Amino acid sequence: MKKQLKRQSNTGKDRPRIMAGYNFAYLDEQTKRMIRRTILKAVAIPGYQVPFGSREMPLPYGWGTGGIQVTASLIGPEDTLKVIDQGADDTTNAVSIRRFFSRTAGVHTTTRTREATIIQTRHRIPETHLRNGQIIVYQVPIPEPLRFIEPRAKEVLRMHALKEYGIMFVKLYEDISRYGRIAKAFDYPVLVNDRYVMSPSPIPKFDNPKMDCMPALQIFGAGREKRIYSVPPYTKVKSLDFEDYPFEVERWSRCCALCGSDNSYLDEIIMDDRGSKLFVCSDTDHCNERVAGGYKGNQAESIEEAQISTGTGARKCA
Amino acid sequence: MCMKNSDDIPLLKVESISKYYGRRIGCLGIEFELWPGEALGIVGESGSGKTTLLNCISGQLEPSEGAVWYSSNGGVIDMCNAPEPQRRLVMRTEMGTVYQNPRDGLRMHVSAGGNIGERLMANGLRHYGQVRRRALNWLEKVEIDQERIDDTPDTFSGGMQQRLQIARNLVTRPRLIFMDEPTSGLDVSVQARLLDLLRGLVTELDLSMVIVTHDLAVTRLLAHRLIVMRGGKAVESGLTDQVLDDPQHPYTQLLVSSILQP
Amino acid sequence: MYVAVKGGEQAIANAHKLLSEKRRGDQAVPELEISQIKEQLGLSVDRVMTEGSLYDRELAAIAIKQAQGDLVEAIFLLRAYRTTLPRFGFSEPIETSRMEIQRRISSSFKDIPGGQVLGPTYDYTHRLIDFALEIPDNGNSETCRAEVAAEAIQNAMPRVADLLLAEGLIEDEATDNDRRPVADLTRDPLELPAERDARLQNLARGDEGFILSLAYSILRGFGASGHPFLGEIRFGEVTVELVPEELGFPIEVGEVSVTECIMFNRFMGSATTSPKFVRGYGLAFGHCERKAMAMAIIDYALRSRELGERSEYPAQDEEFVLFHSDNIQASGFVEHLKLPHYVDFQADLVLMRNRQGEFRDGKKEGRDERELEDEKAAKEAE
Repeated sequence: MKKQLKRQSNTGKDRPRIMAGYNFAYLDEQTKRMIRRTILKAVAIPGYQVPFGSREMPLPYGWGTGGIQVTASLIGPEDTLKVIDQGADDTTNAVSIRRFFSRTAGVHTTTRTREATIIQTRHRIPETHLRNGQIIVYQVPIPEPLRFIEPRAKEVLRMHALKEYGIMFVKLYEDISRYGRIAKAFDYPVLVNDRYVMSPSPIPKFDNPKMDCMPALQIFGAGREKRIYSVPPYTKVKSLDFEDYPFEVERWSRCCALCGSDNSYLDEIIMDDRGSKLFVCSDTDHCNERVAGGYKGNQAESIEEAQISTGTGARKCA
Repeated sequence: MCMKNSDDIPLLKVESISKYYGRRIGCLGIEFELWPGEALGIVGESGSGKTTLLNCISGQLEPSEGAVWYSSNGGVIDMCNAPEPQRRLVMRTEMGTVYQNPRDGLRMHVSAGGNIGERLMANGLRHYGQVRRRALNWLEKVEIDQERIDDTPDTFSGGMQQRLQIARNLVTRPRLIFMDEPTSGLDVSVQARLLDLLRGLVTELDLSMVIVTHDLAVTRLLAHRLIVMRGGKAVESGLTDQVLDDPQHPYTQLLVSSILQP
Repeated sequence: MYVAVKGGEQAIANAHKLLSEKRRGDQAVPELEISQIKEQLGLSVDRVMTEGSLYDRELAAIAIKQAQGDLVEAIFLLRAYRTTLPRFGFSEPIETSRMEIQRRISSSFKDIPGGQVLGPTYDYTHRLIDFALEIPDNGNSETCRAEVAAEAIQNAMPRVADLLLAEGLIEDEATDNDRRPVADLTRDPLELPAERDARLQNLARGDEGFILSLAYSILRGFGASGHPFLGEIRFGEVTVELVPEELGFPIEVGEVSVTECIMFNRFMGSATTSPKFVRGYGLAFGHCERKAMAMAIIDYALRSRELGERSEYPAQDEEFVLFHSDNIQASGFVEHLKLPHYVDFQADLVLMRNRQGEFRDGKKEGRDERELEDEKAAKEAE
């Protein structure tokens, strides 16, 4: 496929919608092969961060360039892609990434977790159990779990190589001494396959147990930091803890206001300036599926859909 | 390379260690043996190469020539050529280093308890209560108020920081400890208390020790044997009392005469 | 009543439409021509090409227009486009001593072979707003035409550093002719410790403001001792040559304008090397003197390890400098905070509410009962 972008002096209205001139899924085949080699290595060494020649993407660093490159090198025309951010399919960045792949690869996209072959995510793991054969691609801002303990890349490399994780536990010890518990609510470090300490990306620790022995392939892409790592299917993933302060997840005293689910991760919605609150599933697909199946929360009657508006002042272009 | 560890071989055997910095000599052809339970003092003025020597034998600096054999629990290892994982394992389980400047040996923004507990956790202890109990225990041993367990060392006095360093090193019951001028920078009464404490611990734990100091009084109290260094070379060595009471080398004589006799 | 937020896609499309409208501004004002940007905002174009790592004045000008003059955004556009370009070869090293000089000065010598050539410069201009520029000088270009010298500037001006080299007073850099592949950070991740080629590439792509401030920190004393000398700065056109495999000899493929800067720094020698001057090197596309000079200062600062000097300040810290110099990485990551984080914030809310609850219940700061019992037991045990 020809990769030269046809120069257009015309930046105006008649720009074609489909991005002709770019390779399938944006990246050239050589780059994809490089990334696939990196992924293979990552799968072979679970939890180990493999450096790769991350490319500059048309989306900003920190907005999912690692995940996008992983997805771009894995996706084929017959794949079905789901993109979520904070658990939802319709958050702005998820929409933007989904649109990127429908424009550059023309693949089928879905919001249904069950239908997707590739799920790219930022900050959540879907509530629906993933099955073998699916791939979940995480967007990772800071792949190094020891970064905020030891910022020196060279020293951290040595710590991983020699499995010297004492300092990680010093951090957990300090938390308990100071706060009475391990004060890490998201991006909670895990030990993969009894070997590498790994960042699960900034998912809430609520999602950590889903990673353990997950039937789906998990791949983590960090574009800015130029690292890819992976947890192959059915691999042991243990959240770090102490025997007498075992890892535990968040619990809510209430159910989803829409679908009544009592075991999903809930987002808190502030309803008015008196601080009344509502709790709803962060995983929109899971919630919709339950509602469609007849489940109901206590607020389900009064729900209405709205559009995000753009514009300034009195002007609305919704 | 692995021989069976037994009582008739030294804990540490240093063979002709030299270290050059460019054309300048750090230390030259130093040899000695250290036996289990023995304390060896290395004395000399600053610039005599004693800290260079200590860094070479404690695995922190690669010597230009020579070898260091350490008789670990798992057999004799060549400290200069052993694979890094093996060397680091031995260094954090069987050895300890107390630095002149506590900032080099402590994590200043981690609590006293965390400082003491680090080695325990690095060696696999995963029980918070036990880590804490042992940290409290050690705070008491080194005469630091247990109430201070959650305070960070930057709120401690110089003497307390040195005692915390000692606790942090000894908590895993190492067999060999290296000390680099542990008492300099402390005032005299604090020095005496620290030395007293060290002497007690060395006996109680059956520790072997290499202690570098410019202070002959420190070696008189702690060291069984002495090596006197000057210009990177060992000019005299022998039993501490012998060397101090009857110095042979003119330089040693000068050193001895320059301090007040007790 | 709860209103579920939906319809992100339409909102994004609308936002982008609104952006286009803002970019165009008042329709009564004529639209900017790309040629105007190329010709009249040339220094912006130069900066975008340098940090965008792509020499293409036309594309850089389009990017500046598209980004409404936001140069970091324009650099981003150029970088993303660069990703899609196939690579069909590597040029020969450019020969800056054969540069067609537009400007060339040295502040280390009063006079140099070939002479000091001031060229176009803002140096010595008085920074007074020129109100005459408010009104376009349609067609009347007499006022801004410089006189042409009677004789041409001699080409092939020797570099000042080469003059010192003849005397053995400066390190010889021409020894690195082993033709090992040059590092390329656009293809491979940065590895530490980084070699000088990787460092220089990083600095050349690095944000002008960041590099400049770091260089400033060195001159103020947060860095290498002493103060460097501007050996030479030159700006002009050089030819780019390529050796096609099937030909086996270099052919000229084009011309680029570059700014090159060499700083002289004192090196007092070590046990094995004699005292001499060592170089700091800076190179930028187009006319970017500030950038090239700052780069040369940082290049030297980052050589402290290799020169066996102490490195204790930020500008000498390879990891610190190289990992934070790129403005596309930096702005992406800083601005990613605009993305929704409500799942993580929710997790922190839960944590914080628990902590507050405990605080109100009057438990001892940060501990729970189990631990207090542990401590009691430990005390009793002794």
